[in-house]
This record gives sequence, structure tokens and C-alpha cells, in this order.
Amino acid sequence: MQDLIPFVKRIKLDEGMPSLVGNTPLLPLVTLTDRTRTKAQVFAKAEWFNPSGSVKDRPAWGIIQQALHQGLILPGIHLLDSTSGNMGIAYATFGTALGIPITLAMPSNASPERIKIMDALGAELVLTDPLEGSDGAILVAREMAAENPGKYYYANQYDNPENWKAHYRTTGPELIEQTQGKITHFVVGMGTTGTLTGVSRYLRDYYPEVEVIGVQPDSPLNGLEGLKHLLTTIQPGIYDPTAADRIIEIRTEDAYGMVRFLAREEGYFVGISSGAAAVAARQVANEIKDGVVVTIFPDAGFKYLSDEDLWIAS
Amino acid sequence: MPTLKIPTPLRPYTSGESTITLPGETVAEVLEALVERHPELKRHLLGDNGQLRPYVNLFLKEENVNQLQGLETPLTERDTLLIIPSIAGGKEHRRDHAP
Repeated sequence: MQDLIPFVKRIKLDEGMPSLVGNTPLLPLVTLTDRTRTKAQVFAKAEWFNPSGSVKDRPAWGIIQQALHQGLILPGIHLLDSTSGNMGIAYATFGTALGIPITLAMPSNASPERIKIMDALGAELVLTDPLEGSDGAILVAREMAAENPGKYYYANQYDNPENWKAHYRTTGPELIEQTQGKITHFVVGMGTTGTLTGVSRYLRDYYPEVEVIGVQPDSPLNGLEGLKHLLTTIQPGIYDPTAADRIIEIRTEDAYGMVRFLAREEGYFVGISSGAAAVAARQVANEIKDGVVVTIFPDAGFKYLSDEDLWIAS
Repeated sequence: MPTLKIPTPLRPYTSGESTITLPGETVAEVLEALVERHPELKRHLLGDNGQLRPYVNLFLKEENVNQLQGLETPLTERDTLLIIPSIAGGKEHRRDHAP
């Protein structure tokens, strides 16, 4: 019988999961805005349609592809990075498919769902001090990489230009194609700032009239997983301070309320950072008389079910 | 007096202090003493209703105080209270973190 293994490996590399990254649906948010005040339409990219379930498939696959191309991931070398969850799940998904061992530094107070998913995918987890937050995980990953340069390829999503380039290549053009070039405002959460920087640079190059709005938590202590309060945290190396025309700060409580609203009024079961993005998108849409406001919904709600406060209206 | 451990993201509001000893016989009293000493912390920890904001978890001996007696949980002189943000609903506090 023909040996199918090389065939399967080839499928995984060229045509399998990585080929499913991107081209996510653009969903209308029909009940979000005050129709007496604005004719603006709001849409969201449903990034949970990516193979590992989040927007992070785009940068993770871009980073892995480039590292393989440059010969930085050789047999036996682990891909190492810090994560608050989704990036780790994306690395672990592609790493398992391609036979690359994955090591992830993550704060120990990450949700149990995330830890279990990464465990299930066979990633090695280094749980870091919860008091230090995501910056603590960054510092631990840096230290591990410096101490064992021969063991790890340190992917460093916060500083790796392949992060924003993935969005320049894919997310930006998709937004234009799916709105038929009618997008007027782009609203995006800021974590590593890869989506903001990549999409903003694409828009500035080809559609400079589109206004770009960044979204960040209102406090360094917040429940908006994946988003960073850039004034008080380690600033990502890829952050471009000119990428956003303005920044909107969102309260965690408002994002929680929006997550419930989206589930119960629109049928969209999304995660907390999607709630924050929708709060900001609604604010932008209600400020203008007409236009097309597009935002990103980074993931679905499955990984947040253990947070009872999130799903019970106060 | 009980001791309070401050997470890194909030240290800009405590002049960089990571460990603070405060008077109080309950969690609520210690928190009151904390925001009195560092008023800027109040909006980060407490909502308009005076209750903890939903993503702020306080841990006493590995237990979330919500699973004890909430803000009325009694504290002894030797107790250490940790302020831990929840990341995406994280409720568990694990000890096995990297050195």
C-alpha cells in the first residue's frame, strides 16, 4: 500500500489547516446602533472561524512560516513565546500539525479553559506569577530564551514584525474586499498591536481616508483578556504610535455587558475582547451620521464560560 | 497588621510598593485603608457601588475571598492578601509558577 504519511505531511503544510487561516466572514451587527441617530452600518470579522479559533492564527502562522523559511526552527528546537492564551493555542495547533514542540509562558491565573486546551494540544506550559500579569510572562520567556539559545526559537510575538505583516497581507485586503471598499472606520483592540499596526499600514498605503481607532482597557488592572493598557505595560516593539488616529478606553464592565448583549440580541457568542471592540464600534457609529464601521471579533465565548460574573447580568 | 500584595500593573499607583501592611480586621477594612492611603487605586479596584470590580480577585491562603465570607472575611495580623486580576475569567490561583 502507498505510504500516506508524506502525503499527509504535505497536505498539512500546503493545503491543510494553515490554508484555512483568514478569509473569515464579515458579520453585520444590526441592533447595535441607535438608528434614530445614525445610518452607519457596523460589521465585525468573525475570527473564531480560523482553524484554532481566534485571530491569532494569522500572526502565529506568519511567524512559523517565516521562521521555517529562515531555517530558525530546526529539528528538536522548541518554539517559545509568552501568551495570555489565544496565541499559545494557535502555536500549539500548528506546532502539533508540523511536528514543532511548543513551549509557552503564561500567567498562572489564565482561565482553566485555556490551560486545558494547550495541555490537550501537547504544549509545554510554564505558568508565571499571577501578580506580574502578562508582562511577567514576557520576562520569563525572555529569560528562558537567553539562558537556552540552542534549545529555543523565541518567536516573541510582541516584537516580531511577522505579526503585523500577517495582518497587512491578509486582514487589510479582506476588509476592503468584503466591504467593497466602502469601509470608513476601522476599530481594533490593542494587545500586541499586530492587528492595529498591520491593518492600519495597509489602509494608509491604499485607503488613507479610513479612520483607524484603537481600543484599550481603561485600567492596567482589567478583565479584557488579550488587550493591554499601553501606558503602563511593556510597550510592544511592533507598536506604531501613528497607527491609530485615536484611542478609545473601555471599561471591563461595559465589555461584559456587551458580550451578553451580542449573545442574546445578535446570536453572536463571542469573547470579552470582542465585547470591548463592539462597545467602541457602537460609540464610533453613533458619533457619525453615515458610514461603514468595521471591527474585529478575536474569538468566540467558549473559553470564557468559567467566568460566572461574565454571563450573569448584575 | 495584615499584609497586602500589589500586582505589578497597580504599582504605579502605590509609588512602586509591592507589599503594604495595613490596619484592618476584615478584607473590607484593609481595602478601605488601602484606598485611603493611595486614593488613585480606588477606581481600579472598586466600582461605583463600592463593590469590587468584577475582574478583581482577592486571595487569602490560596482561597478566593468570594468563596469565604467575601469582603467581610476576617483577617489576622499574620494574613497576607493577594490582589490578582482575572485573565479571561481565570478564577484559579496556582502556586506552581516559574521562579
